Amino acid sequence: MIIKNKTIVADDWTVLRLQEQETAENVTVAEGKVIVPLKVWQAQREALQQRKEIGVWLSSDERPEDLKDDIKRFAVIAVNFPKFSDGRGYSIAYNLRARLGYTGELRAIGDILRDQMFYLQRVGFDAFAPRPDRSIEDALKGFSDFSEVYQTSIDQKLPLFRRTQRKGNPAGAA
Amino acid sequence: MYRYDEFDQTIVNERVKQFRDQVRRRLSGELKEEEFLPLRLQNGLYMQIHGYMLRIAVPYGLISSQQMRMFAHIARKYDRGYGHFTTRQNIQFNWLKLEDTPDLLADLASVEMHGIQTSGNCIRNITSDEFVGVAHDEIVDPRPYAEILRQWSTFHPEFAFLPRKFKIAISGAKEDRAAIYAHDIGLSVTKNAQGEIGFKVLVGGGLGRTPIIGSVICEFLPWQHVLTYIESIMRVYNQYGRRDNKYKARIKILVKALGIDEFRRQVEADWADLKDGPGTLTTEEVNRVASFFIDPAYETLPDHDSKLNEFKADNRAFSNWLAKNVKPHRVSGYAIVVLSLKKPGNAPGDATAEQMDFVANLADRYSFGELRITHKQNLVLADVRQKDLVDLWQEAGQQELTTPNIGMLTDIISCPGAEFCTLANARSIPLAKLIAERFENLDYLYDIGEITLNISGCVNACGQHHIGNIGITGVEKKDHDEWYQVSIGGAEGNDSSLSKIIGPSFTFGQVPEVIERLLQVYLRERREAERFIDTVRRIGHEPFKEHVYATDFAAKEEHTDPHIVAPAQYDVPYYSPRF
Repeated sequence: MIIKNKTIVADDWTVLRLQEQETAENVTVAEGKVIVPLKVWQAQREALQQRKEIGVWLSSDERPEDLKDDIKRFAVIAVNFPKFSDGRGYSIAYNLRARLGYTGELRAIGDILRDQMFYLQRVGFDAFAPRPDRSIEDALKGFSDFSEVYQTSIDQKLPLFRRTQRKGNPAGAA
Repeated sequence: MYRYDEFDQTIVNERVKQFRDQVRRRLSGELKEEEFLPLRLQNGLYMQIHGYMLRIAVPYGLISSQQMRMFAHIARKYDRGYGHFTTRQNIQFNWLKLEDTPDLLADLASVEMHGIQTSGNCIRNITSDEFVGVAHDEIVDPRPYAEILRQWSTFHPEFAFLPRKFKIAISGAKEDRAAIYAHDIGLSVTKNAQGEIGFKVLVGGGLGRTPIIGSVICEFLPWQHVLTYIESIMRVYNQYGRRDNKYKARIKILVKALGIDEFRRQVEADWADLKDGPGTLTTEEVNRVASFFIDPAYETLPDHDSKLNEFKADNRAFSNWLAKNVKPHRVSGYAIVVLSLKKPGNAPGDATAEQMDFVANLADRYSFGELRITHKQNLVLADVRQKDLVDLWQEAGQQELTTPNIGMLTDIISCPGAEFCTLANARSIPLAKLIAERFENLDYLYDIGEITLNISGCVNACGQHHIGNIGITGVEKKDHDEWYQVSIGGAEGNDSSLSKIIGPSFTFGQVPEVIERLLQVYLRERREAERFIDTVRRIGHEPFKEHVYATDFAAKEEHTDPHIVAPAQYDVPYYSPRF
């Protein structure tokens, strides 16, 4: 199960992670809907691009620009968070959406916990695979931690000061 | 000062609710400590030697009397009757229980305060010049921009898990009083030849293990672009800052590795599609925020009150205080008063609940209900009528707040040190006390004149020892041995420089004698009106070093074993190193 568009849904994608002794070149990508590591995509591009549906995932030290020419080919792009505290994935998501124009499913995988949900959805993630040892229902609660935000990001193109009439100091009108 | 609207209040209230639930999950075991850690840190909650320490944000150092009273309330209700004002213009409470912290934050939210992003690897509370709005040399009032940046950085979704902490300081005066050269980003708001407002943007400054003075990334950034430009700096840092080694993770290391020109190129490449976009600041928003920072209702008053001059002539203690702790105000008939939290014998920056209530009352009666906290760990009443100075001095003296030592040797900056902090090697506070007591004599102090002495308990440099004229750092040699490195030649402000270590380190008890010897060289070598730092710069380190190490130190130096860090006495009620 994953969270997609703030709902718990069944998921038929498999995330391929390389095991020891496997390399991007020699690993066998199973049939069906598979999200492959960027390196596997790059190494086996010829074969993989024949598939009807393919996904790719980026690790936090990889560059989204590497997908620039292929961005429309993927049914899903995932970003892996090796650790809760590794924040590079937030900028990767931002760049995929804002700079590379990616509009498909953007999924957060790895060390994904409830308390990141609010930030993750803001930078453009719309799918989330919370850590399997935690309640996925609880993770849903994380989306509603805050009802208002100050700054722009993917979810909100206008800063608060351009969206609302905020009150100044009545005594200090400039 | 700025007042919350319903948006600000909602966000802070929701944070309290979120944190209350996080604490509940931690107490029930649902959250492991390693998972809770980054969450509590983003709320300023540390686990220290005695228990939990909470750092509360005082945005750019401005605080109302009502908020100060809330600190007093917190000190009494949740802590042990006092708090510690920090070099980041914040306050810390050291003796908290985890289960109390949600209620404490709710109390804070009721007076428009919080602990958001006062710790953790995120954009920290923004600091500024303690004399904003009242300084003679101010070019542009930085407060509206500081508040706009506070809001922009609050819960920024992309920059909550940076490689390391991130500190921004902003100054708008000719003289830099916010140490902008020692910050991850330093902003100097100024005007160009056409009279337009903009920012000189510095990046990659910082203290800690690798002290570096910031580099200019943009000489003049028109004010409209400040949010988007900083966003691009943050994005480049978030992606490329090192995450493999926490000691090399600050932005200064990235800037140094790339070189400022390449770093600028990357920032400007990112900025290209943000520039002039919706994140661009509007005149309307700046005016709205600026409307909270208008002048209070100043009276028309003459400078140089005659009664004041009479009293000054008769009373040396008062005239000392006037000379050292009272600063000129840009409005005629007014003065800026610095209340010293550096009475020798007290812990630098500490204030009791009684003192907090007391200064709140002073602020109401003498300074339009507002106070400031300085990065040198003192308090400021920024708008005092000169004719009230005598009364104010007499009243404040009863609460030990008039030590006439601002800018002098005993106005020591100090971190909390090993008695509170799990990182520190050194007992900063007892050392500060020892030094202050040794140099208590005012005639000697005034003869030495302007000098800064900064003490950090470890290389992390919370006490900003690199930019002290004299800096002291606690270093560990082996197995909890506590040693003190002494360095000289650091300075903050427009002529910022980093201090250099004079030689092998010293024991706790030797440090005051080391300082005495440094001062002997200064007194011997100084030329007319030369400050300590000027003499160091003119003659170099060598004469100081030579004199300090020329003779042995007295063998018997202290009663307590210098090699043992005073253990925390958990079971003694109300134990505190400050008493």
